[in-house]
Amino acid sequence: MITISTASNAIGRARVSRLISISGGILVAIAVIAIVVPWLSPNNYLDTDFDNILAAPGLAGAHLFGTDDLGRDLFVRTMMGIQVTLLVALVASFVSLVIGVLYGAIAGYVGGRVDAVMMRIVDTLYALPFIFIVILLMVVFERNFLLIFVAIGAINWLDMARIVRGQTLSLKEKEYVEAARLTGVSTPRIILRHIVPNLIGIVIVYVTLTIPQAILVESFLSFLGLGIQEPQTSLGALVDAGVNQKENAAWMLLIPGGLLALILMCFNFLGDGLRDLFDARQSP
Amino acid sequence: MSLLNIESLSVSYADEKVIDRLSFCVNTGESVGLVGESGSGKTQTALAILGLLPGNAKTAGSISFDGKELLGAPEQELNRIRARRISIVFQDPMLALNPYLRIGEQIGRILIAHGLCGGAEAKERVIEMLNAVGLPDPERQSRAYPHQLSGGMRQRAMIASALITKPDLLIADEPTTALDVTVQAQILELLNAIRKDTALLLITHDLGVVAGHCERMLVLERGRLIESGTTREVFGAPQHAHTKAMLEAAPRIRRGDIPSPVDGEVLLKADGVSVSYREAGHGQLHAVRDVDLTLKRGETLAIVGESGSGKSSLVRAILGLIPMRAGTVSFYGETLAKEAGARAAKTRRDLQMVFQDPVGSLNPQMSVVDIVREPLLVHEPLLTNAEGVQRVSEMLQQIGLNDVFLGRYPHELSGGQAQRVAIARALILKPKVLVCDEAVAALDGSVREQILDRLRALQASSGLSILFISHDLGVVRAISHRVLVMYLGRLAELADNESLFTRPQHPYTKALLDAVPVPDPNLPRKEYILSGEVPSILTPPSGCAFHPRCAYAVSRCARERPAALGTNSSVVACHRADELSL
Repeated sequence: MITISTASNAIGRARVSRLISISGGILVAIAVIAIVVPWLSPNNYLDTDFDNILAAPGLAGAHLFGTDDLGRDLFVRTMMGIQVTLLVALVASFVSLVIGVLYGAIAGYVGGRVDAVMMRIVDTLYALPFIFIVILLMVVFERNFLLIFVAIGAINWLDMARIVRGQTLSLKEKEYVEAARLTGVSTPRIILRHIVPNLIGIVIVYVTLTIPQAILVESFLSFLGLGIQEPQTSLGALVDAGVNQKENAAWMLLIPGGLLALILMCFNFLGDGLRDLFDARQSP
Repeated sequence: MSLLNIESLSVSYADEKVIDRLSFCVNTGESVGLVGESGSGKTQTALAILGLLPGNAKTAGSISFDGKELLGAPEQELNRIRARRISIVFQDPMLALNPYLRIGEQIGRILIAHGLCGGAEAKERVIEMLNAVGLPDPERQSRAYPHQLSGGMRQRAMIASALITKPDLLIADEPTTALDVTVQAQILELLNAIRKDTALLLITHDLGVVAGHCERMLVLERGRLIESGTTREVFGAPQHAHTKAMLEAAPRIRRGDIPSPVDGEVLLKADGVSVSYREAGHGQLHAVRDVDLTLKRGETLAIVGESGSGKSSLVRAILGLIPMRAGTVSFYGETLAKEAGARAAKTRRDLQMVFQDPVGSLNPQMSVVDIVREPLLVHEPLLTNAEGVQRVSEMLQQIGLNDVFLGRYPHELSGGQAQRVAIARALILKPKVLVCDEAVAALDGSVREQILDRLRALQASSGLSILFISHDLGVVRAISHRVLVMYLGRLAELADNESLFTRPQHPYTKALLDAVPVPDPNLPRKEYILSGEVPSILTPPSGCAFHPRCAYAVSRCARERPAALGTNSSVVACHRADELSL
């Protein structure tokens, strides 16, 4: 059976590296363009061009992607939206990743009463209504860009912690963990060296699910007027604006919507590829 | 004309050839053994015959069955032959049986799918078949789900499902490898007794199995047929060097150099060790009860017994990996804490362990050098990076691996190499005691020999003491000084190697010895095959736990539990030990 898996591994690895390089490349390219190009553009995201309200995209005017109903340049606004969306997604996922993995791994590995208390805390947090908490946070701390990250991350880590804990329960029975315990390797080191690295496969899959989720939650919050505030914008907010104008200015919906879809797809493929890569290491 | 005729069959994946111009035939009603180490293409051959090779396999040559060409035959035609005329029994019955279907139903479906009979008659024939394969109370068992049966019973059910259509050819792929030795003997007997006119192609790595149960044998090495002939011929006068080496490496319990007893100071002493687990709905499960043992310096003490006998629990409790319910463990006369974490660093480094699954005991995300060095990081934190790597490299050298392996990851190692790395990790701190839990069970014959040789050499040069858990009596015979036999969590017998193997005192020991397949076709099969299987440890039998399976049991055995009596060198727990001569 070794021979079969080697053969399919070889095919698998080639496919994996192609997936990673294509989707990763597109994401990096989008990010670089979104950050650099607005500097070169004559327009900025605030200025309104009263001569070109709802202008169609084209190379003729100065507005590559056209303008919105207030005459603002859609190209610069879309690039800004990408910046904000990527930032929200990455920071929120990172927050949920760090908290969730450590929390889940500790609860799962230590077990017993510690596990019971830690997981009941998670259950309790689950029961709190998310939107209510966010509104409360917004009211207390004023509207704050950073708060959106924290709010989204703080919700997502609950799922992550549960998944990681379950996986840890089976990992801690592995013989290499027993060997480490026998030698006297300290508990924090066992968690960091032996448990966490072996969680990567499942964690990556889950992160690729949380990134799109975070993007969606952000646009949802923006829609409710709790997220990104005008005149700043995000892809989600742009799509919302585009929906209102879809009859007379379809580009306002299609351009940011298309880019949002492309970014989500790339994250999904990237996650797919990374998981396969780590899986190849785990199984012979 | 023969029933199955394979001519110059080749199977390859990408550019790797796994079977290379293989030709052989199987005649009606005969039993043929197909032998080889892992990776030799045995299973690939079976899959090729059944047309079950994965899609990326390229095949060439011819497989004709009863005059019909099977290679490249359309799926429809294969479906008429598979299970109807050619059946297969796989290694792991738990994986081969559908967990969601009752045993009787899934066997009956075969009959119905092939249009051999209707529902009502199928049910009858299934029960008849289950009865024939020795499933007790077949009426009731046919309504059981696979997980409700024990390993041996599942394999019996699997055999029933393979033979229900009265096929012309039965392929058995390592049918007993996952089973205990006593159950293996029963299953092999059953296979031969029940198949009648069905030809048997028995695929195995165990030469003992072939010697006892096959008329002809074929030896494969890396996809090539290197030797074939009647079993007697091949065992009597092997032609190919590889066959000779395999025969040489086959463990034999009746011959060979056995280690002479050692007389050193007592290093490790365990008194009255008991281990119990809480089992939901069943209260306490007593995995180990009141076992004493001593281990001397430079000595190998083997612990043997069927699965569920408590071997692993015993050593894990001694090492402090699982909690002990009662008992004490002392090392150099000093009583140790029950929890590994609470023991002094000095003691911890002196007690190390090697696990059964070579790949599973290495962290897949760490390179070999990191794996082997980890104990040094804990116990000798002052060592510089370069010194650490140097020590790892020296250790690997000792165990027979060169520096190329330092940067490899576990999935890039073969089973034997991975087990060497695990041994290197255990030995890098120069422990006094090494515990091997089935450490060579997953390895091929020749690799197993090499690892055992290394262990013996290390023991000779450094006075290492070894606690060696194994179910393989051939290995135990070759490496241990003393042997402890366990049954259902209790000690059955403890004796030195020579007396245990030549003059067993406990009927259970005798049964274990007789069940070992002997790689010699000229020896008569053993008459004393143990009936039944290990009872559930949740509800151990009264009195002597072994009495329901014991051929020598008297009424007293069911009433009173025999005490473990004897001297330092030999202990036996049997009422009739003095009167029986086994």
